[in-house]
Amino acid sequence: MIQSIKLLVIALFFGTLLLQGKPVHAQGAQPASIAATESIRPFKVKIPAAEIKALRQRIRDTRWPDQETVSDPSQGARLAQLKPLVAYWGRDYDWRKAEARLNALPQFTTTIDGVDIHFIHVRSKEANALPIIISHGWPGSVFELLGVIDPLANPTAHGGTAAEAFDVVIPSLPGFGFSGKPTDTGWDPDRIAKAWAVLMKRLGYHRYVAQGGDWGAAIVNAMGRQAPAELVAIHNNLPATVPAEVGKIISTGGQAPADLSAQERAVFDVLSKFYKDGSTAYNTAMTARPQAIGYGLADSPAGLAAWLLLHPGFATWRFGNDAAQTPSKDEVLDNITLYWLTNTAASSARIYWENKGKPVISAAAQKTQDIKIPVAITVFAEDIYRAPESWARRAYPNLVYFKEVAKGGHFASWEQPQLFSEEMRAAFKSYR
Amino acid sequence: MKKTKNILATAALSIGLLLPGTLTFAQGNSYSISKPADSIRPFKIHFSDAALKDLKKRVQATKWPQKETVTDATQGVQLSTIQKLAKYWTTQYDWRKAEAKLNSYPNFITNIDGLDIHFIHVRSKHPNALPIILTHGWPGSIIEELKIIDPLTNPTAYGGKAEDAFDVIIPSLPGYGFSEQPKTTGWDPTRIAHAWITLMKRLGYKRYVAQGGDWGDAVTEQMAVIAPAALAGIHTNMPSAVPAEISGALWSRQAAPDSLNADEKRAYEQLDFFFKHGLAYAQEMGNKPQTLYGIEDSPVGLASWILDHDIRSYELITRTFDGVPEGITKDDVLDNITLYWLTNTAVSSARLYWENKLIFFQPMNVKIPVAVSAYPDELYQAPKSWVEKAFPNLIHYNRLPKGGHFAAWEQPASFSQEIRTAFKSLR
Repeated sequence: MIQSIKLLVIALFFGTLLLQGKPVHAQGAQPASIAATESIRPFKVKIPAAEIKALRQRIRDTRWPDQETVSDPSQGARLAQLKPLVAYWGRDYDWRKAEARLNALPQFTTTIDGVDIHFIHVRSKEANALPIIISHGWPGSVFELLGVIDPLANPTAHGGTAAEAFDVVIPSLPGFGFSGKPTDTGWDPDRIAKAWAVLMKRLGYHRYVAQGGDWGAAIVNAMGRQAPAELVAIHNNLPATVPAEVGKIISTGGQAPADLSAQERAVFDVLSKFYKDGSTAYNTAMTARPQAIGYGLADSPAGLAAWLLLHPGFATWRFGNDAAQTPSKDEVLDNITLYWLTNTAASSARIYWENKGKPVISAAAQKTQDIKIPVAITVFAEDIYRAPESWARRAYPNLVYFKEVAKGGHFASWEQPQLFSEEMRAAFKSYR
Repeated sequence: MKKTKNILATAALSIGLLLPGTLTFAQGNSYSISKPADSIRPFKIHFSDAALKDLKKRVQATKWPQKETVTDATQGVQLSTIQKLAKYWTTQYDWRKAEAKLNSYPNFITNIDGLDIHFIHVRSKHPNALPIILTHGWPGSIIEELKIIDPLTNPTAYGGKAEDAFDVIIPSLPGYGFSEQPKTTGWDPTRIAHAWITLMKRLGYKRYVAQGGDWGDAVTEQMAVIAPAALAGIHTNMPSAVPAEISGALWSRQAAPDSLNADEKRAYEQLDFFFKHGLAYAQEMGNKPQTLYGIEDSPVGLASWILDHDIRSYELITRTFDGVPEGITKDDVLDNITLYWLTNTAVSSARLYWENKLIFFQPMNVKIPVAVSAYPDELYQAPKSWVEKAFPNLIHYNRLPKGGHFAAWEQPASFSQEIRTAFKSLR
């Protein structure tokens, strides 16, 4: 039994970062005293060479199934597409570059609610930068968000003004990446939201905003409901707008209600088809049996790659065969390799089990009526679900910003980092 | 990329076996082969030592996930169970015994509808034995049917009478075990049913019965829908007999209707549990079977995926690996999993879910005689009232006190007795 995750964590256990005067807190606040359990430890990623060698060996030893019996992706990742990608992964792909990208950023871990939470924390050099905590989803990670850090923290270099700067906090979800894997149950989006509020407080922020898509969307909805005093507003790029009566019809396969507008009807049709053709199967499988799916993914790099790429967000991704497409082949492999090296296929899948089947896009399941703080929404038009403004207004009583942008899909920050950053600037303009 | 499938098929391509006079056909009708495409070739199973060594190496090198965060099976196969299985697999388990057992029966291959179909064919020594074609399901194989071969063909050694004897035909489904993996689409239960009808005809049987559970039920009931003149009746241990209104209530997640009697209520609750907690694997395979690359590449991934079929079977298998003697042994479980591994059929077998267009448990309008054995730990124990409604020509119904989804494997004695009783009136 190979113990394959051996992170050499260069973690300095004294709280260097928190020594008086060292960090420049944008809001100038310093926690008065830090209990040992609340320490924030600098973190660097350094995967032992043996781990990378073992991964390459496993990739070489992959035992493949025969080719699918169709000439399209309707049975899943196509053998002829997956095989070259995995071959590239095992031969030419260089994890050290990804590691260097992460280590170029200030990373930390801190223990919250019993779990070590890893996060990237980049402070803007601009005065009065607005702190923002951004949550990734599945099958993503902090890698999806790297491209937006500089545009947000350093806007003047990316077409923005100094007044639009953000301090950026990007945590890894519990069970994902370099965060710890919970050993107890209960880590649903609500509990993660509470942990994020603790994190922001621990960082000394008295006024901040939060953003998320995918599971990050469920987390920001929960943060919005919990409304910690310091949270000023939230932005969501997978908003929970599907009305209860429409959701019920979609999940039971019924006919569209007659009173839908043309735009609502189009969304209804897409979601109905999505449910009917079983495209939610990956979701169902992880909701029901995360551990059952976990064994094959923990033990097979090709299996892990195929499973992560099954996500509808990758439906139009061309396995690196289109050099202009974002995310690039290397970027997608950075993310898959992170899941492999941290052995988080099963632990990350558990968020589906913990969530107990509450749809992230359902207004009722996400209790959007209980969100009283300001909500901003950007709909990226290439996402599967294009929330109509009419539904968004019904769902979120305090909707202060709604925009549909033409480019970008499910992994908006990964695909369109500049556009995503511009949306953050615009959405939160009046909350500075 | 290692090529681990290495079947040394000792297939005598001459049709020696079928020369007139070499075989005693139970129904006395030896026949001549009109064209070589119809040939039936003897088949022996042998995997290379290298394939077995590679499997062992992979199991030993397993990279494990973290333990589940619960103390029960609600997140799927538990780490401690699968680690016990893996340990037994690499230290005590011997595939060669399974191979010898399989090779102790007459195995054959014949090409039907463009596909090589493997089957075991054991003729009874008793005259007028009734031919029966038994169809396995997923995640089963011919392995689950082996224990009932002798009780069916040789009943006098098992408390039965000579006139209870059967000739037994056990095919491997397309894409399963030693049958060929389809390269094209269309191999759904109906097409397989047509292939089985062809197979029985090719074997010269003019009157026979069919039996199945799981996918075997779908195939068997489709044979009954096609209703060739030679098919006298069918037996199922997982009938498609859930009434439409019950199905509707289940899909819309309603509580059991008040009008149900005790048996119906129990069945409703079993189905409700299955629909809510047990259907995920089927939906995944129905939607994106090819995505399961991990279970083709990881023996432990394959084993856990197979163990996760249904909660009662999982509990039974867990008990077995905890040392509690039950209807199936550790070797039984690993014979079946190893068969999937060595034949490289994890994904090809899953495609049957993708191919299928029938709705699980929905009555198919079967008019010919049907016999049903309802085992208590099946996905649902079919109530008599539903079965009578689904099958107007019900010739046998029995509720068994013990047994689950893999009834032939787990309860071979009661299962064989059920088959004898079920078809008595059709002889």
